[in-house]
Amino acid sequence: MHWFANPARFIRLADKILPLTLPLTVGLLAVGLYLALVASPADYQQGDTVRIMYIHVPSAYMALFCYMIVAAAGFSTLVWRHPLADVAGKAAAPIGLAFTGLALVTGSLWGKPMWGAWWVWDARLTSVLVLFFLYLGYMAIWGAFEDRSKAARAAAILALVGVINIPIIKFSVDWWTTLHQPASLFRADGPSIDPSMRPPLYVMLAAFQFYFFTVFLWRIKGELAAIRLNALRYAGEAPRSASPKEEQP
Amino acid sequence: MTALRGQKAWTRKRRRFWLTVLALLTLALAAFLIFRALDEQLLYFRLPSDVADEAPEPGRAFRLGGLVETESLVRLPDGMSVRFSVSDGENALMVHYTGILPDLFREGQGIIADGRLDENGLFIADRVLAKHDETYMPKEVYDAIKERGHPDGATPSGKTP
Repeated sequence: MHWFANPARFIRLADKILPLTLPLTVGLLAVGLYLALVASPADYQQGDTVRIMYIHVPSAYMALFCYMIVAAAGFSTLVWRHPLADVAGKAAAPIGLAFTGLALVTGSLWGKPMWGAWWVWDARLTSVLVLFFLYLGYMAIWGAFEDRSKAARAAAILALVGVINIPIIKFSVDWWTTLHQPASLFRADGPSIDPSMRPPLYVMLAAFQFYFFTVFLWRIKGELAAIRLNALRYAGEAPRSASPKEEQP
Repeated sequence: MTALRGQKAWTRKRRRFWLTVLALLTLALAAFLIFRALDEQLLYFRLPSDVADEAPEPGRAFRLGGLVETESLVRLPDGMSVRFSVSDGENALMVHYTGILPDLFREGQGIIADGRLDENGLFIADRVLAKHDETYMPKEVYDAIKERGHPDGATPSGKTP
């Protein structure tokens, strides 16, 4: 872990990984969308509406995955003060927010024709909406503090408090009665999705995963550059300033 | 001297680690207690058996969920209203609904109805939602399974809707 603590070393590593993940993302997304929208069969009940599932399920999975990254980064910030942890959390949050939004919107588009309602306040839908607001809150905290380390710590605490929501989202469909169906893919007795419908789902999951790593690394690099820029600016002005901590651009 | 300082830093990290873990565990316990207390309210719908055990008073809104019993659907002469029986395998309840039913509505399908009981124990629904189960398959597979002799279709019916 501490090997990464050197930002320059991390950036060198990221520059080696990115040329691999970027084409993988684009390629998998193209194949996945073709399989999902064209090559896969229609459902016996839902017809072509089932194709929304190939976007919805990977988005929902990524919404949870990103939050686990944000929470792990928060833990590392609070406990080990790892210099890259807060950067990683800050980088992952907007990606998670986007995936959560995508899951909510695609779910809603599916719900109207299938259930007969855009939205219901059952435990699954509500807990995912809470996740959406947790991401927003996390990002708002980052914006609310002038002092970077204070912002990092406050955001980390929110991220860790919010981690309670993750098992609630996952198991809401088992613990309570909901309109949302139980898990189809990640379940103890194997997927309840016909084998002919699994390849597009798996490819889309992989595509979203690689998309995440690509954008995540980009955002970390950008954040590190911003920190460096700030430090340089600060170093340039510091000798003249009486109370350097107060100064703001 | 540096060794001593290193050890001190390490104990501080270890203390922070366990404090954070303890805080998370406390939080999990608090959440567990809250959700246990709220359990009833978090149920999105009630089954006919729940209604049979403890029927809400007539006029009080609640949601009813269950499977539409096969051959129970009756279209009323006004052309807009339907009656059907919702069952959970043990108990059943008659539902009266006026309006457009969702695409997935059919006999044997899970549904959730918003509404209330009238004085005669008939459930008057304002809205009917179809509940989709977690099974996805192409039509050919469904037909093949059906031909092999599962008249109710291929959906695993072990779970409540």
